[in-house]
Amino acid sequence: MWGRPNLHTSYRSEASIFPTWTQKNLAFIGIVILVLLPFHLPIIDQLPFVRFLGDSDWIRLTTQALIFAIAALGLNILTGVAGQVSLGHAFFMGAGAYASAYLGGDPGNQTWGHGLPIWLWLPGAGVTAALIGLIVAPAAVRVRGLYLAIITVGLVFIGIHLSRLFPEIAGPAEVGRDFPELEFRFWKEDAALVSFSDAGNWLWFDIGGSAKTYLFCLALLGLFVLVAKNLHRTRTGRALQAIRDRDVAAEIMGVPEVKYKLIAFALSSFFAGVSGALFATFVGRLPPESWDLILSVEFIAILLVGGAGTIAGTLLGTFFVVTLPRFMESFAGWMTEQANGNGIWAGFWDIFVATGSGDFGFISTGQVAPGFPVPVAALDTILYGALVIIFLLFEPLGLYGIWIKIRNYWKGWPFTY
Amino acid sequence: MNALFVHAGQLIATVPPPPTTEGGAGLERFIAVMFRGLSQGSIYALIALGFVLVFKATQTVNFAQGAIALVGTYFLSVVLINWEIPGKWLGGNQYVVWFSGLAVALALSVLLGLIIERLIIRPMIGEPLFSIAVITLGLEAVLRTLGTDAIGVNNRSLAIPWGRDGFRLGGAVIYWSWIFTILATVVAFVAIYLFFRTRTGIAMRAVALDQEASLAQGISVGRVFALAWGAGAALAVLGAVAASMSPIGPGTATAATAALAFRALPAVILGGLDSVVGALVGGVVIGMSEVAAGAYLAEHTNTLGVGYQLIVPYLIMIIVLVVRPYGLFGTPEVRRV
Repeated sequence: MWGRPNLHTSYRSEASIFPTWTQKNLAFIGIVILVLLPFHLPIIDQLPFVRFLGDSDWIRLTTQALIFAIAALGLNILTGVAGQVSLGHAFFMGAGAYASAYLGGDPGNQTWGHGLPIWLWLPGAGVTAALIGLIVAPAAVRVRGLYLAIITVGLVFIGIHLSRLFPEIAGPAEVGRDFPELEFRFWKEDAALVSFSDAGNWLWFDIGGSAKTYLFCLALLGLFVLVAKNLHRTRTGRALQAIRDRDVAAEIMGVPEVKYKLIAFALSSFFAGVSGALFATFVGRLPPESWDLILSVEFIAILLVGGAGTIAGTLLGTFFVVTLPRFMESFAGWMTEQANGNGIWAGFWDIFVATGSGDFGFISTGQVAPGFPVPVAALDTILYGALVIIFLLFEPLGLYGIWIKIRNYWKGWPFTY
Repeated sequence: MNALFVHAGQLIATVPPPPTTEGGAGLERFIAVMFRGLSQGSIYALIALGFVLVFKATQTVNFAQGAIALVGTYFLSVVLINWEIPGKWLGGNQYVVWFSGLAVALALSVLLGLIIERLIIRPMIGEPLFSIAVITLGLEAVLRTLGTDAIGVNNRSLAIPWGRDGFRLGGAVIYWSWIFTILATVVAFVAIYLFFRTRTGIAMRAVALDQEASLAQGISVGRVFALAWGAGAALAVLGAVAASMSPIGPGTATAATAALAFRALPAVILGGLDSVVGALVGGVVIGMSEVAAGAYLAEHTNTLGVGYQLIVPYLIMIIVLVVRPYGLFGTPEVRRV
């Protein structure tokens, strides 16, 4: 019975991080690939289909996925593990981002900032978001289910209004402010000791700037994955799961509901705050309106597409949802190329793409403004809304559920019954 | 930047600018604020009623209400301007033409609601309520984008016959659009009140009470679902049409409509998710307080921030929810282990 999932012969194996041999190895391969991703490796680049990213546009997208994964893990604690549906995740990300800007940003004419080093502003962002989460939580604990989802919608709108109230922190509306840079220094010295965003040498490696940012975010993500995974295995995690499954029953069994909901809110906000700060510094300048409802919905979509309640599912979902628009863009570009070309399939692709004015076709790569034919950016939104619908209709457990199905199929192969 | 973030900006860019504040002083301002608040509240009440109907039948919140309203206003614009159905057979009276066009557009919206219900909501019966709520969020993204792209860059006219005309009452200008909005709301609520006394309406109330028991009594639960979604879509579109002309709006179909439902959420919550009376009271209270805050706190705009009146509903909502977790008129859920 070696390598069978869900067959545990000891408590130790049941509580281990990787309960099966397959998961352990897949995780190992995943980590190796993720670490090697930003490098140009001569041997690997020879292989067909396998191209590591190097210093390209894709690496920025992957870095964004890593950053979003941290926030998604946070929402997973609140929504996936504790069962409290929150649409206010963007608000907490924004809170973290502006805490980092206040602590670590450069003081300007119109903006506040203290220029503190990263080891202060990054945890500071998380702690500020967590504290705000603790302030909000008592109100949120009173309500449950859809009422909670709606109350957190209000939070997002209030957050955007607060950013208008304090342009010294958030910068002017629709413009935003500069965020601190990713570099390590002990205190406010002029020269940074280690920079995570400029190209240069690390030990004996010559690494590009985006690769450094990538590796830094990867390391942070690793840390947060460990925290989130271990949370599942502790008393707190079990209490949260009990509250998710039936809060009244949990309370009767002696799980203090309010206390653990507060913990879930604070933890989830901490993750969101750190992720928001990272994302803001990664983009460099963000209008306060970026922290809006659509961002929150994106995280709900990540959880659902990946599979709520599981770490692996959350990570898969993040990569899927964040990189999907870029794939869609490339695909639309490729379709336009095909339609304009002389291949046998040109006519087929022309059905989907509008190449000239008055052409029948649904998608247009040349267009940016809303209108028909639909620009690619709008197509992304449609696609991701459709994905949420399709996954909920046909695969409620998400990508993780697909994995379980595949696993269960091979478990008995070739004897399916 | 990522394409998703271009879109993240889009919703906010489409939130309507804060309404202009009422001028004048004393009684004149008070009358204007009252009427305008009532009409704003009526808009919220209409949309809230749509939410409540869907919630009563399916026990879930339809977050796509605003997007359906957006598509519906596009329908109205197409019916009135492009197709001129049934206007071209009805002769010259612009009021007859407009109201018949509205009826056609509402019928199309009902059809849209029915299709959505059949394709997406019906297969989800028995799934967790959270999943159904999130599926409507996905639907919202799809419909909002499609609607925005259908309307295009330039807003489409809704050819409102009374435009920006109004009359004077005690010195204050009262616009016909406000009167239309208030009347439409009264008609809608009376219709729903009467409907709940018909055979089908009683069936709907039974389904709201207990799905399995009503199924055992021979009520077609699926048909009740479809009815609720159709009515919800029509109410959302009616609310959006009223909003497009209120207070003295341009009367166009804009992408901003999609955000309307999120602004009406406080009204729904204040009244309670499952109470028709609550939708009316919540809508009027929220609309009144929004407009009153906009008019009477205008001199403090510098301290409160531009557009502060749009936040007032959310603050009221959160305070009410903390005191009464199921709204003013909502039924508390009895939870068993």
